Amino acid sequence: MSHPENATVFLKDKERAKWHDDTLWIVRQKRDVTIHQIPEWEKLRELASQIKDHTLSKLDFYLEELEKNATANGIKVHWAENAEEHNKIIGKILDEKNCKAIVKSKSILTEECHLNPFLEEKGIEVVDTDLGERIIQFLKQPPSHIVMPAIHLKKSDISDIFHEKLHTEKGNVDPVYLTHAARLHLREKFLQAKVAITGVNFAIAETGEFVVCTNEGNADMGVHLADTHIACMGIEKLIPRRKDLGVFLRLLARSATGQSITNYNSHFRSPSPGKELHLILVNNGRTKQLAREKFRNSLKCIRCGACMNTCPIYRRSGGFSYGSTVPGPIGSILSPGIDLKKYSTLPFASTLCGSCTDVCPVKINIHEQLYEWRQEITKAQGASLKGLSMKLANGIFKSPLAYKVSGKLMRASLKTLPDSIIYNPLNAWGKGRNLPNLPEESFKDWYKKNRNK
Amino acid sequence: MKKDVPHIGLFIPCYIDQFYPNVAIATLELLEKLGCKVTYPLGQTCCGQPMSNAGFEADSEGTTSKFISDFAKFDYIVAPSGSCVLHVKEHSPKVDKLKKNQEHVQSNIYELSEFITDVLKVDSIKGSFPHKIGFHASCHGLRGLRLASDSERNEPPFNKTLQLMKDLEGLEVVELTRKDECCGFGGTFAVSEEAISVQMGKDRIADHVDKGVEIIVGGDMSCIMHMQGIATRDKDNVQLMHFAEILNQVIS
Repeated sequence: MSHPENATVFLKDKERAKWHDDTLWIVRQKRDVTIHQIPEWEKLRELASQIKDHTLSKLDFYLEELEKNATANGIKVHWAENAEEHNKIIGKILDEKNCKAIVKSKSILTEECHLNPFLEEKGIEVVDTDLGERIIQFLKQPPSHIVMPAIHLKKSDISDIFHEKLHTEKGNVDPVYLTHAARLHLREKFLQAKVAITGVNFAIAETGEFVVCTNEGNADMGVHLADTHIACMGIEKLIPRRKDLGVFLRLLARSATGQSITNYNSHFRSPSPGKELHLILVNNGRTKQLAREKFRNSLKCIRCGACMNTCPIYRRSGGFSYGSTVPGPIGSILSPGIDLKKYSTLPFASTLCGSCTDVCPVKINIHEQLYEWRQEITKAQGASLKGLSMKLANGIFKSPLAYKVSGKLMRASLKTLPDSIIYNPLNAWGKGRNLPNLPEESFKDWYKKNRNK
Repeated sequence: MKKDVPHIGLFIPCYIDQFYPNVAIATLELLEKLGCKVTYPLGQTCCGQPMSNAGFEADSEGTTSKFISDFAKFDYIVAPSGSCVLHVKEHSPKVDKLKKNQEHVQSNIYELSEFITDVLKVDSIKGSFPHKIGFHASCHGLRGLRLASDSERNEPPFNKTLQLMKDLEGLEVVELTRKDECCGFGGTFAVSEEAISVQMGKDRIADHVDKGVEIIVGGDMSCIMHMQGIATRDKDNVQLMHFAEILNQVIS
């Protein structure tokens, strides 16, 4: 289904749609409050943007530096060209360990690579340990948001799910009670798992270490109890030096949730004695995006989700309406690079209002890239009805006479046609809106009479 | 002569020409009252934005060339629309054979309130307008032309349009809950994403109505056309106006 169709369905439940919009707007407001406490906020954004631009311009160099330094630290570094290779590498490590159950902390990359179904097919139990992730895992749903994966669910929904899966009291919606139940359930899983998988927020080329940011401490819990830690990262998650990290940590949590910092920012540099630490560097289309000049800086993204919280379309259509791993504005500029045809409606799911660009902590020009993807998509689609009408419009607008005649005709016909024809179901404008009251004459006619005698 | 009495080419976006001649007249009269020499080139049609935003920038070259030829001869080009001005400045396709003229047009085109504050150096307009208004910033004017500070960035607050209205007697400008959220028009978005477009418009109007706003004032008739269409259909008790109509009315 296309984005407009999905959005129409989402908006049918008016009350829920409004709740979704309001909930995300609260997150946006929290973000606004906290960024105004940082006088140098705009400078920080600029600095982060430049660091990322620089890193992307020498990505090969920094990746090799990371590999060299991480290897020297005792980390086993793997390279995966695509999702399939990424999954195979993990599958092989698990086979070697004879591991049948793993715990995973939130990683959009493993979502992108469809790791869970791959492992489940091999008979391995995968437990997502981030609370939101665990909730949607119970429902067999993908995340609807990259930072708040279960944001589409209400407390009452979660109460129902936990009642069914964890045997909590029916109808008890107390968040403390529900979280406690989740904690007991997850603790058991943590204790059983020999292998823990995490994502990576930042990898530091200079030191060969990487950093994982969570609020729940679930990544740490999993990693410290397991014998083997596998960390998966897209190759763009790189920064050159450890001193660059502060810039991004200050931006990330403030942009994401309005916190001044995420609760746990854990550095992983070398394995504990007797344990193993793996780092998988995944391409999966990223170098292709890097080669597209107009779209390369989408790779600066640090996955804070601020563009989703601010987007008036995302808030009113929900993450699932995009049908892509990463929804919202950033997803709409990343996804067409993966499959132009499948995601062709996404760059049009925007008014180009530019709010996404202005909240972006690394200054990705998201709305401009949406505009540019539109141009690419219409080119790829070739001749279409919309294209024909646009060619016709160009013909009218480049000729003053054609413009004048068609304007007159339009005003005349709109005046004489009955409302039942103007506001028919095929007229998308008229479904929820009236047309303007039509003036007797155009400005041009007025000007000729009053100024240009 | 150029410095004191600049010759302005008045650019009236196509839908204002056809649907809102009063806004165009107000713009013209306002500029004249402020001492400008204004000419409306009769051959003008459209800037090409509807085509470009739909993904057909390449097909709008004819329209763009026409625009450049119509307006290159003026010192300044002024329009009562942030959106169309932004399009001409940033999104119209490059026309190689008109390079010099295109550059002139792009660096001398202004949205109306921006022109009055930045070029004419008028601080504010004096007069009386005893009404409770809400200001709807058009996104292209706001985040494209930076006619005002927005709620996303950490920058000193300013608003070129409201600055012009700050000394109007009796005027009350209401603080909105969502200061600068998009109204949902978005060009072809209004029809291709009809459901969200209308919902956004309803929400935007409600933010004003809830605070007892009498008049929603904006700088882009495209936003206003969309919101007016919804307000009329839903019988909302609120008016919509372009700021040019207010300013022209108070100084006459």
